[in-house]
Amino acid sequence: MGKTIKVDKVSAGYRKLHVLFDASCSMNDGEITVLVGPNGSGKSTLLKTIMGITDLYSGGVFYDGTKINGLPTHEITKLGIAYLPQVNSTFSNLTVRENLVMAGYVLGKEEADERVRKALEDFPVLKGYASRKAATLSGGERQMLAMAMALTRKPKVMLFDEPTASLSPKVALEVLGEIRALKEERGMTIVLAEQNARRALEMGDRAILLVGGKVAYEGSSKELLEHKELGRVYLGIGQG
Amino acid sequence: MEEILRVEDLTKSFGGIVALDGVDFSVKKGLMNILIGPNGSGKTTLVNCITGFYQQDRGRVWFDEKEITGLAPYKVYSLGLVRTFQLPQPFQKLTVLENLLTAYGENPGESFIRAPFKRSWLGHEEKATEMAFKVLELLDLDRLWNSPASQLSGGQMKLVEAGRAIMSGAKMILMDEPAAGINPKLAQEVFAHFREMKEKVGVTFLIIEHRLDLVLKYVDYAFAMARGEIVAEGNPEKVLGDPVVVESYLGG
Ligand SMILES: Nc1ncnc2c1ncn2[C@@H]1O[C@H](COP(=O)(O)OP(=O)(O)OP(=O)(O)O)[C@@H](O)[C@H]1O
Ligand SMILES: Nc1ncnc2c1ncn2[C@@H]1O[C@H](COP(=O)(O)OP(=O)(O)OP(=O)(O)O)[C@@H](O)[C@H]1O
Ligand SMILES: [Mg+2]
Ligand SMILES: [Mg+2]
Repeated sequence: MGKTIKVDKVSAGYRKLHVLFDASCSMNDGEITVLVGPNGSGKSTLLKTIMGITDLYSGGVFYDGTKINGLPTHEITKLGIAYLPQVNSTFSNLTVRENLVMAGYVLGKEEADERVRKALEDFPVLKGYASRKAATLSGGERQMLAMAMALTRKPKVMLFDEPTASLSPKVALEVLGEIRALKEERGMTIVLAEQNARRALEMGDRAILLVGGKVAYEGSSKELLEHKELGRVYLGIGQG
Repeated sequence: MEEILRVEDLTKSFGGIVALDGVDFSVKKGLMNILIGPNGSGKTTLVNCITGFYQQDRGRVWFDEKEITGLAPYKVYSLGLVRTFQLPQPFQKLTVLENLLTAYGENPGESFIRAPFKRSWLGHEEKATEMAFKVLELLDLDRLWNSPASQLSGGQMKLVEAGRAIMSGAKMILMDEPAAGINPKLAQEVFAHFREMKEKVGVTFLIIEHRLDLVLKYVDYAFAMARGEIVAEGNPEKVLGDPVVVESYLGG
């Protein structure tokens, strides 16, 4: 089962550069929370703050009721929170298989082998390329590898940062379907930062809109989708 | 209509993988073209071979009536054929503004664009910086002009990549997924601007893009690839209705 993440009055950023201002929001147990907003509004920074890789100036991050801000990232990972970064997170000089094994390092050997096998099943394209270096994959193929790596850790909570960005429409649909299945079949808690706002909001339970590092909307995903003004101004939804 | 780019029998393998399998096509001057195809179908490899970043195994390329087969990337660039990268590659240590200015500095195709470009699109402004600020405004990056590129968000880096191409004054621009990771509202504004460059200055575009929902309305002509070949081309509606394209690319 998934667990709830609570972000409480968080101000965070990079050294002196403040990016998030007094942001409060929560991502509920077993739901898909969609994170949307203009470029540079702080979506990735929010996800990175949950993972403990930004500077937190004030406020707190809680997982299942326990404070996790201040923990090193690998401890947060061990609690069952996994993160798929927006920028390419594969190791260029390792093969596809080595990348997956690496991603499963927190698991026991047997379980890791089993997860790697499963990951290659889930992404048939990768199966054919298991012994190729990640550097030689096409943009979309690498994105699939990054996603397979994140899932190898068998997380309870999964933070996806722009998972469909370089995927063809067909694969993007499959991946979003896969994400929905993670929620429905495994009860995973999912946070989905997506510029493909309409698609994401359609499948989301809840939504958070960030604008200039502040939470401009938190509530039902459908409602944001139908919100005339917010959708038009920030997401390009409902224009001709 | 005159053609600006022609590719004949372009072939490229990596070990056992045939990424390009005898690609033939030509692009007409002054159109907004889109290139679609499944992940791994050879789109980026095609751009890499055309612009001299990869050496093809076989085949020839002409641009603007000159053969450019085998020319080094900077040579191709200086003839006015400019490309952007799927994974943005800004100069990390330079500021956002400096990244745009360096693209202007190496301005290709001197004879071609300068004069009409300025008069029609920029009014009477003279200096590169003024042009850069206009472009930064369009890209919603003006407030960040003095930030190092390394400190940008994922989408903002992609926008700098587009900004550099706009600044270059190229005759033809090849873009590798400019809308990926860009806020949909902004992506449409940027495409409307490309369209304006096309109409007012005659720049030709060949754009690899998966976000058809955002960009299709700006497109004149479409090419579809699959497994290293061009499998369909023509008006975008026709190409998107092609059964091979539907099956391999669009999905159900
Ligand atoms: N340097 C390389 N070494 C080996 N194989 C490569 C290399 N570059 C590309 N390939 C392979 O060639 C094929 C075409 O890759 P390419 O990057 O051109 O695809 P693409 O159409 O741009 O895909 P995407 O939409 O995912 O970006 C893929 O199967 C890819 O794995
Ligand atoms: N590593 C970093 N160092 C310094 N500043 C950064 C860094 N990463 C991001 N920023 C700044 O923080 C702000 C928010 O960036 P963030 O990556 O959170 O935006 P985002 O909403 O994810 O945008 P996008 O949709 O483009 O991915 C931006 O203005 C950016 O310039
Ligand atoms: Mg981001
Ligand atoms: Mg590509």
